[in-house]
Amino acid sequence: MTASTMPVLAPAYPEIWLALASMALLIFGVFRGDGSTRLVAWLAIVVLAITVLLVVLQPDATETTFGGMFIADGFGRFAKILILLGSAFSIVLSLGYIRYERMERFEYPVLILLASTGMLMMVSANDLIALYLGLELQSLSLYVMAAFKRDSGRATEAGLKYFVLGALSSGMLLYGCSMIYGFAGSTSFPLIAQALTGGGSASIGLVVGIVFLCAGLAFKVSAVPFHMWTPDVYEGSPTPVTAFFAVAPKVAAMALFVRALLSPFGEIAHDWQQIVIVISALSMLLGAFAAIAQSNIKRLMAYSSIGHVGYALIGLAAGTEEGVRGILIYLAIYLAMNVGTFAIILSMRQKDRMVEGVQDLAGLAKTHPGMALLLAAFMFSLAGVPPLAGFFGKFYIFMAAINAQLYVLAVLGVLSSVVGAYYYLRVVKLMYFDEAAEPLAKPVRGELGAVMTVTGLFTILFFVMPGPLLAAAQTAAKSLFP
Amino acid sequence: MTIGLGHYLTVAAILFTLGIIGIFLNRKNVIVILMSIELMLLAVNLNLVAFSTHLNDLVGQVFALFVLTVAAGEAAIGLAILVVYFRNRGTIAVEDINMMKG
Repeated sequence: MTASTMPVLAPAYPEIWLALASMALLIFGVFRGDGSTRLVAWLAIVVLAITVLLVVLQPDATETTFGGMFIADGFGRFAKILILLGSAFSIVLSLGYIRYERMERFEYPVLILLASTGMLMMVSANDLIALYLGLELQSLSLYVMAAFKRDSGRATEAGLKYFVLGALSSGMLLYGCSMIYGFAGSTSFPLIAQALTGGGSASIGLVVGIVFLCAGLAFKVSAVPFHMWTPDVYEGSPTPVTAFFAVAPKVAAMALFVRALLSPFGEIAHDWQQIVIVISALSMLLGAFAAIAQSNIKRLMAYSSIGHVGYALIGLAAGTEEGVRGILIYLAIYLAMNVGTFAIILSMRQKDRMVEGVQDLAGLAKTHPGMALLLAAFMFSLAGVPPLAGFFGKFYIFMAAINAQLYVLAVLGVLSSVVGAYYYLRVVKLMYFDEAAEPLAKPVRGELGAVMTVTGLFTILFFVMPGPLLAAAQTAAKSLFP
Repeated sequence: MTIGLGHYLTVAAILFTLGIIGIFLNRKNVIVILMSIELMLLAVNLNLVAFSTHLNDLVGQVFALFVLTVAAGEAAIGLAILVVYFRNRGTIAVEDINMMKG
């Protein structure tokens, strides 16, 4: 063996910067105490903005480093920008909440940064070891965040449930990784792909490994039948944490799911395609039907997110470049809609306490006409009504499914979005046609208003200029199919 | 009788299944769930090391070391969450974790 040389660091600059900056902020917070939480939070947003800049400035090429364990390509860059935006928005959303709910501790923004580091590593993983380590860095930070409101029974229960089920899913994913390693002879994605080329069907051990890997990843994206933690964790966690859970980790886990199946196992797509088709169909149906009976808006958003993961998985089931493009567009639009909806949920206060019942939105159109209009736009968009952004997300996914001859899945998707429209429109009906028992408090906090306006404008005006996002998603998807 | 790869894989599979059963069938105590999770991860390590020897490839053993490290971190965080939970509720019995339905 030759003398060890320093690996090329340039492709990993965003991750290295983010990891170092979050540790620096941690030390800063320890020295300055909890009084500095606001400052640490704003610094964390600056750190995330610089990370976005570092990602954008990377050369437009596919590079690997650290012995091929780490890959920086267009697909990863697209997902990373979404993740970083989602994290930055969640920090902005949490500023007021953590102060009023007595959980203003400086670890909160630092944990978001550490989780973001893990997510960036997940989407850049090119090896089973890197995949596992990124996933665990993200998951361990998220377990702590779910239980961050230490004096609340519900939050700690959510944290405990999330931890137990998350650890179970990590275990299954890891068992899958070990089987894949044993039967493909390597942990590196390109080497696994090489071992599988032209081999026809995969060995039974490898298929067992892929099934376990899919089960573990389905847990992380909360796809049926591994969704049972989602409603409880969404309901119990503090609301800004729920907002974070609903956007950034979803994008990261979805991107990881796509890369982990297409990059090493693209050759044997027929072996895993049925799994993805089944979990996608079940997620869409369960998301549509189970949400109808919900009275808590966070629980409703949990079922809504299960349904949306189902739609996004259609693109993966297609397994084509068009499908991946559809997933990326869908995730970008999903992120905007969810951030906006959660900004509105976080503004739901009656006098001095937060409320989260769907009923509490009654009469919102009279008391807060602007907010009601934005929420109506988000609900119509989540339901997929044209010309709002959500429609385009679904459109590109269904087009990909039809071009890949997945007719049944496309029809199921359209039908379940019709069923889903019921509970989204129920919220609109409550706001516009019902009388408020106790109106929500005013005024809406400035940063929440800004976030819901920005994401609302994106959702409403997306059809005016969809070009840039489509082109970016197109180049990103292309990099996954060299 | 020589002990080959198949035996190691069988033992690992049995341990892994026991871990999963321990999580789902246990109605008493959350600590037992933490032990079950540990059991699952150790089964995976056994798998990795067996494959590593079989393939004559060191990567599996490196992977096993990483898994050990992460398992330690996971146990620490799990116990920490369990402690704050106990402070709020005064119990760690599995059947009492039911504030939210599901």
